[in-house]
Amino acid sequence: MAEFRLPVNSRINKNGKVHVAPVGSKNVRSFRIYRFDPNSGETPRIDTYNIDMDACGPMVLDALIKIKNEIDPSLSFRRSCREGICGSCAMNIDGTNTLACTKACADVKAEVRIYPLPHMAVIKDLVPDLTQFYAQYASVKPWLQSSTTPPPDRERLQSPEDQAKIDGPSACILCACCSTSCPSYWWNGDRYLGPAALLAAYRWIVDSRDEAIVERLNDLKDPFKLYRCHTIMNCTEACPKDLNPAKAIAEIKKMMVESQH
Amino acid sequence: MSLRNLLDKVFGTASVKNGVSHWLLQRLSAVALVPLTLWFLQWIFRIGSFDYHNVRSEITVGFNYVWLVLLLMTLAYHSALGVQVVIEDYLHAKAVKKLSLFICSFVHIIVAVAGICAVMNIVLTSELL
Ligand code: SF4
Ligand code: SF4
Ligand code: FES
Repeated sequence: MAEFRLPVNSRINKNGKVHVAPVGSKNVRSFRIYRFDPNSGETPRIDTYNIDMDACGPMVLDALIKIKNEIDPSLSFRRSCREGICGSCAMNIDGTNTLACTKACADVKAEVRIYPLPHMAVIKDLVPDLTQFYAQYASVKPWLQSSTTPPPDRERLQSPEDQAKIDGPSACILCACCSTSCPSYWWNGDRYLGPAALLAAYRWIVDSRDEAIVERLNDLKDPFKLYRCHTIMNCTEACPKDLNPAKAIAEIKKMMVESQH
Repeated sequence: MSLRNLLDKVFGTASVKNGVSHWLLQRLSAVALVPLTLWFLQWIFRIGSFDYHNVRSEITVGFNYVWLVLLLMTLAYHSALGVQVVIEDYLHAKAVKKLSLFICSFVHIIVAVAGICAVMNIVLTSELL
């Protein structure tokens, strides 16, 4: 049945710690960050870190790294490239899912509130469990499938127009900002594949070199994997790479009708 | 849970039912509702008096009753498809979901049949008069 009360570990306790900025700081900003450690036996709390922005880089990730290095080494988050290409630093900043490394602190008014990606199990602090998200990506078989052998003397060629069709969707960095902003994914994330996996499915469906279009479409025809998308558009709104998973999903639905009727 | 188990889970939960026809029928019924609703609105505005006898006779005039029956059927069908999606979205306990889906179809069928019977009753009895 519908549940109206939040589960225990979704309730924030009041024991958040406050870290003050060093004396003499002129340009102080507050970062309110979600903290959860499953081994502590405590429910999550919100810690406040006051930082001297004159001694900090411009992006939210710079602030997180500064906090971890100089104030509180217990803070956990993922990051790698710090330039928006690895997809690991996705989190909910100021109410929207985005990449900490490309989100400027200056773009946030007042306090910077930082939470993990919504509606995912939290491993620790800002680190969500993405195992199922990756399994869903793998389930769309994101690789070239063909029954014919490639020409012996060259690659499988593609016209510039055909390449253009996959340019956009190939730029997906699998950060999960889209899927974790999608209400349908929140309610039915176990059976609905979510916008990221469906964008990947689309990328292979429209690839002129792929020969498994019938199987790919067939795999999506049950009422949940694809059809839980109700065109809410949160995914497209959230994508930090300006991709359009909602449109890709709509295209798949159109091809679906053409292939089945 | 290991990635392998999860993969099995993601593949294995594939429902045997087909989402394509549901999606298509929902769109087709929505398109059909456009002219039907427009007809209904102009009819309501044209009727003038909502006096019982007047409405009864307006239903029997020309093909009005045919439009009404088509509207009732399409509306009930479109609504049933829509409510079904809401139930599937939000109710996860199997038994509750099954029961709700059954009640949903049942109520919509009753409403449509009752409406159509009422219209046909008016048409048939007025011809007798
Ligand atoms: S358009 Fe579809 S995938 Fe995107 S947020 Fe909405 S329901 Fe989710
Ligand atoms: S589509 Fe955009 S938001 Fe979604 S995973 Fe790819 S890059 Fe991230
Ligand atoms: S650190 Fe790689 S995308 Fe932000």
